[in-house]
Amino acid sequence: MKKTIAHEFLKGFWEILPPFRLVLGLCPVLAVTTAVENGIGMGLSTTFVLFFSNVIISSIKKIIPKKVRIASYIIIIATFVVIVELVMKAYFFSISKQLGLFINLIVVNCIILGRAEAFASKNPIYLSAADGLGIGLGFTLSLILISTIREILGKGTFLGMQVMWNSYEPFAFMVSAPGAFVCLGLILALINLFPKK
Amino acid sequence: MEYIILAINAILVKNILLAQYLGNCPFMGVSKKMETATGMGMAVIFVITFATSITWFVHHYLLVLLKIEYLQTIVFILVIASLVQLIEMFLKKIVPALYKALGIFLPLITTNCAILGVAVLCINNEFNFLQSLFYALFSGVGFALALILFAGIRGRFEIAYIPKVLQDTAIALVTAGLMALAFYGFMGIDNSLQALMIK
Repeated sequence: MKKTIAHEFLKGFWEILPPFRLVLGLCPVLAVTTAVENGIGMGLSTTFVLFFSNVIISSIKKIIPKKVRIASYIIIIATFVVIVELVMKAYFFSISKQLGLFINLIVVNCIILGRAEAFASKNPIYLSAADGLGIGLGFTLSLILISTIREILGKGTFLGMQVMWNSYEPFAFMVSAPGAFVCLGLILALINLFPKK
Repeated sequence: MEYIILAINAILVKNILLAQYLGNCPFMGVSKKMETATGMGMAVIFVITFATSITWFVHHYLLVLLKIEYLQTIVFILVIASLVQLIEMFLKKIVPALYKALGIFLPLITTNCAILGVAVLCINNEFNFLQSLFYALFSGVGFALALILFAGIRGRFEIAYIPKVLQDTAIALVTAGLMALAFYGFMGIDNSLQALMIK
């Protein structure tokens, strides 16, 4: 199959949409999706790290020795995570407070290491860049979808604005830990109803 | 007494898998069989305790002294990755039986967010060394407990009728949600223990 930039970019939105088609990186998905704002913050940070780590890894893939490749990938990824961490603390302090630990944990998000190993280490730079951007934005959209459902049902708000009627009793289960698992499971089942292509 | 509360908190009330959302990839990945779940659980207890005690020293005696706390993430993940590698080599030479049991799970642990998560949590919560050690050990126990229980439940899926769209991860997530709901009940223990402490 011929690889085109458009295809590599678009596959992240449906064909291997994380975390539904590509069941990786569940921890941030479950943890930060209690509010849409956090979902967007997390998604964009992950996209940033994924895009740059893919580009760097793909451009120096010939220099990295095979035996220590995983360790090298982790260092590259960790560097970008530190950048994100510092930028978030400086400019988006409230979101960074909300996400807390999970910004550090982007390092061990399996999606990023998975893309580095499965894609960036084998493909040229421009395809890896498209792949990183596509998968990252797909991940962001999934986070927004889940957090929209959880925030509206669980708190009756969307991005902090009241959207449900006044007498609406918040369905607190949705913003708690058990609700996260159940909600993600049901969305996954819903997406499984549709074929991959 | 303080340590008992810390232990109960880490195992039941704030279970890292079900209440703190850490380490969910292996939770879904290796819970299909009882043997792999047990192996992974044991490996995590082992590594999490070692890793947290080392990162605690690294943070307090290296990063703080040199005023480079902002490099925490990068240093911790390096420590964990090399520690895992070391443990692997060590076990291979000294305790081959244990290596055989844990072997394939060790490399996977580097990217288990529970390890890095607990190491960072101990620093964020300003635990002293002994508290960190206890917290890490019992978080590991909590992880193993939840993983093994979950593997037991997942074993029943094979004989149950599950609609096609729900198969595999979807039903596993819903089940994990119900399990988390059961663990939610332990919240009460925490309050009553706190009350006991004050008396």
